[in-house]
Amino acid sequence: MSLRIVVCVKYVPDATGDRKFADDLTVDRDDVDGLLSELDEYAVEQALQIAEEADDAEVTVLTVGPEDAKDALRKALSMGADKAVHVEDDDLHGTDVMGTSLVLAKAIEKTGYDLVIAGMASTDGTMGVLPAILAERLGVPQVTLLSEVKVEDGVVTGRRDGDAASEQLEASLPAVVSVTDQSGEARYPSFKGIMAAKKKPVQSLDLDDLDIDAEEVGLEGAWTAVDSAAERPARTAGTIVKDEGEGGKQLAEFLASQKFI
Amino acid sequence: MADILVYVDHVDGAVRKPTLELLTLARRLGDPVAVALGNGAADTAAALAEHGAVKVLTADAAEFADYLVVPKVEALQAAYDAVSPAAVLVPSSAEGKEIAARLAVRIGSGIITDAIDLEAGDEGPVATQSAFAASFTTKSRVSKGTPVITVKPNSAPVEAAPAAGTVEALAVSFSEKAHGTKVVSRTPRESTGRPELTEAAIVVSGGRGVNGAENFAIIEALADSLGAAVGASRAAVDAGWYPHSNQVGQTGKSVSPQLYIASGISGAIQHRAGMQTSKTIVAINKDAEAPIFDLVDYGVVGDLFDVVPQLTDEVKARKG
Ligand SMILES: Cc1cc2nc3c(=O)[nH]c(=O)nc-3n(C[C@H](O)[C@H](O)[C@H](O)COP(=O)(O)OP(=O)(O)OC[C@H]3O[C@@H](n4cnc5c(N)ncnc54)[C@H](O)[C@@H]3O)c2cc1C
Ligand SMILES: Nc1ncnc2c1ncn2[C@@H]1O[C@H](COP(=O)(O)O)[C@@H](O)[C@H]1O
Repeated sequence: MSLRIVVCVKYVPDATGDRKFADDLTVDRDDVDGLLSELDEYAVEQALQIAEEADDAEVTVLTVGPEDAKDALRKALSMGADKAVHVEDDDLHGTDVMGTSLVLAKAIEKTGYDLVIAGMASTDGTMGVLPAILAERLGVPQVTLLSEVKVEDGVVTGRRDGDAASEQLEASLPAVVSVTDQSGEARYPSFKGIMAAKKKPVQSLDLDDLDIDAEEVGLEGAWTAVDSAAERPARTAGTIVKDEGEGGKQLAEFLASQKFI
Repeated sequence: MADILVYVDHVDGAVRKPTLELLTLARRLGDPVAVALGNGAADTAAALAEHGAVKVLTADAAEFADYLVVPKVEALQAAYDAVSPAAVLVPSSAEGKEIAARLAVRIGSGIITDAIDLEAGDEGPVATQSAFAASFTTKSRVSKGTPVITVKPNSAPVEAAPAAGTVEALAVSFSEKAHGTKVVSRTPRESTGRPELTEAAIVVSGGRGVNGAENFAIIEALADSLGAAVGASRAAVDAGWYPHSNQVGQTGKSVSPQLYIASGISGAIQHRAGMQTSKTIVAINKDAEAPIFDLVDYGVVGDLFDVVPQLTDEVKARKG
């Protein structure tokens, strides 16, 4: 029987760009170029490796996001995923993690799955909680923050490097996995992959298709409210000295003046 | 006053500092009721009482160690049901965030993660967060359900505020879901004797400029002279020079110490994301154009192999 893998990928503003908030205090997605969140490339990579190991597997990449989020799907398809699902709806603007996870969970159930793979965190929101929430919503085990993952005979195993200990985890499929950037370099799309991606199917879904009311999502439906966002004042220019043989001593003098020694 | 549920992070009964900081914040909102789970849970009571916990709910069961996250969610939910708190506060560790998030789904609440400050407000607690690699500061609220908020280490001072700290056993029954993800084995991280990276008052970090695992000894020597924790950039970690558990940045630890010393680190946005909120920042880099110098209170343009050992000697001399 075929192994159905769904990879959740997010389209995010480029972290090296000048990211800011829009007037309604949502993430500004117009002024900075977007791309497939780098941390989700690791999820795509592990999905492809697991699919390559399995006799028969299909990798679907899934995103919830605006029109341009198709770019993220294209990138994942050019890496080697088989097909894509794009949930797009004007009413989704401003959705927070509770709403996004609801939409993803419904889309995953509609697509059909044995294994869901997500990144460790999005590079814009950086919450790192969506995979756990998905597991809760789908009612399946969470095997998250793995730096190593394997799937064999319907069982997923992996290593989670936590603060206090490194743990070896195990759960039966279906399950939700998330992988860290320690899980292994993501492949670059080949020219052939990029050409092939253009012909791969991208299914578009809206809220109606998923039986979700507009009131449950979007800025109005959000479970949290951002009341203000202020640019952090630039740090006041510090003292910079060139080491002419006494740099370490000068630095010690500074540390002493600040009472650190 | 309303009760505020505080999830306790502890190691075999020793309460970790971020939880004591959480009690300071909880007292701004109401009466802290602490929830301690797992081995040594009851031993946390004295420290929690000393810092303001009016009550300490404890539970221990094999499930907490043998299965991932969900047993703790179910226990926290039992505490929530018993107390009906006005807010739930959880330390922002990787596990803490997952526990908080699943609880939020179960109780139908919104969640705020990685708060760096918390105040009482007319419409419930107001959380301060940093966004986009700490280049923005936002204020937000949970607008549906009982606020569930995770708070980063070093977000508040630890304050003594003696309270009753009455210990009560928390009754927990686990559902089938609690047994979903088995912890097959656990290898504890070896202690280095240095302070915990996220909790340290001073962090001394090395990057690609350190140029080799063996050279990290000079970073460690400086750290030890200051009683500091050691950090590393991802470039240094990827090169295999230092363990990933010491990585500072977007995909490592986020730190906010009184003093951060970066040596041989360029200051890429992903690194800044994890250290930009440090109170005082110092850098040593041989490239005067390195972006890290935009952040510093004091910078030395020079070779770290000259500057760092001289600094270490001088610190030792001054400390006598
Ligand atoms: C999704 C993603 C997540 C990431 N997460 C993180 C993260 O969590 N943490 C992180 O750190 N990075 C992270 N990065 C990587 C980040 O972009 C940078 O590549 C990394 O921080 C660079 O490390 P570095 O400053 O040590 O190395 P470099 O950028 O190579 O800088 C080395 C510096 O050392 C100086 N130097 C060299 N020799 C000496 C000497 N003898 N004396 C003094 N100075 C010297 C050089 O002038 C240079 O400025 C991430 C990247 C991505 C894409
Ligand atoms: N809008 C989205 N569409 C698809 N996947 C998402 C979306 N938002 C988050 N994810 C997934 O959830 C992971 C963690 O996100 P977060 O909790 O927001 O940091 C990401 O790495 C993605 O795999």
